[in-house]
Amino acid sequence: MPEAQIKMNVREAGHNASIIDVQGELTAFAEDVLMDAYNQATDGQVRAIILNFEGLEYMNSSGIGLLVTLLIRINREKQRLLTYGLSDHYKSIFQITRLDDAIAIHDTEEEAVRAANSA
Amino acid sequence: MTEQTPQDEMSEEEKHKPEPRDGAYWARYAETLKVAGVAEGATNINVEGRRAVGPLQGFGKMWQKTYRVSLKDADVTPVEVIKTWKENYRDFWPEGNLFYAPLAGITPGEVALISGSLPGGVKLSTGVMVLYADDESFSLMTPEGHPFSGWITFSSFEEEGTTVAQAQVLMRANDPLYEIGLRMGGHKMENEMWRKTLENLAAHFGVNEPVEMNLVCVDPKLQWSHYRNIWQNAGIRSALYTITAPLRWRRNRARQD
Repeated sequence: MPEAQIKMNVREAGHNASIIDVQGELTAFAEDVLMDAYNQATDGQVRAIILNFEGLEYMNSSGIGLLVTLLIRINREKQRLLTYGLSDHYKSIFQITRLDDAIAIHDTEEEAVRAANSA
Repeated sequence: MTEQTPQDEMSEEEKHKPEPRDGAYWARYAETLKVAGVAEGATNINVEGRRAVGPLQGFGKMWQKTYRVSLKDADVTPVEVIKTWKENYRDFWPEGNLFYAPLAGITPGEVALISGSLPGGVKLSTGVMVLYADDESFSLMTPEGHPFSGWITFSSFEEEGTTVAQAQVLMRANDPLYEIGLRMGGHKMENEMWRKTLENLAAHFGVNEPVEMNLVCVDPKLQWSHYRNIWQNAGIRSALYTITAPLRWRRNRARQD
């Protein structure tokens, strides 16, 4: 399989949340990178994972499938999944795939972190 | 074909940005599905006006099922495999199921009608929307009432110098009745259908390799908040449509007289 064209950086956002900065292409080949980032982000008492999509350059339907399986894993751990930085194009894809029913979409990091730490 | 787009609501800044690289590959948002044309033999009773639904909107356990075949010794690229698959999608399905491809072919946003059968021999009229299509993959998304809620992604890629063809289903049974049906033989029927489809695809390229299956239960929980999906059950509605056919015939006859 081709190599994943994606990088993810994990950082803390207060006591309850971690942010994963997504940079590159979200396709089936990104699975290991995404799950490694989640494992790193979920250390400790993290109650919310925030995906920063400002650096998202490309996504196909397998990438959307990865987000669904990540969401299920996060729900199983009784955590929440939030996002910010989606362009209008990717917001539309979240709408058509109906991911927006289950994943909170925020415009800015500040809003997402506030929402993550408010519950 | 789908209607209305939220792109019209784009910010000024977004409007001036170049088209995203994947922009042409995705269907555009539509509140409900619209069928562009009904082919002879097809029935459009469970698709028009329905919403497309993904694996998060279903009722049953969530499954990720992967079926793949190695096209060993076939001189074919992933792009050629997907081009062939799109063009001959209907022909690769096993007997007993009919796929009425959209006039525009498998292109993003188009809607195809399906005639199939459920365990017990119940006839089923349903459909799918083309959610995504590029040169090396395409995905179909189901409407409300379909046996499962989710999408199927067909892809092809190189692995250790060999071209591989893959179908991957991410799904939940749409309602409690379908969940029972899947457990009582539906999963087996579905696995057999995709195994046969991949065998037919491989045979098209002169390959006779076994189809590998990987079935993973991603979420064993039932989503009881979605039990009302049963009101749109396409199997029940198809059966009622068949039973009431004589009544419609008499009504049409009376109108003509």
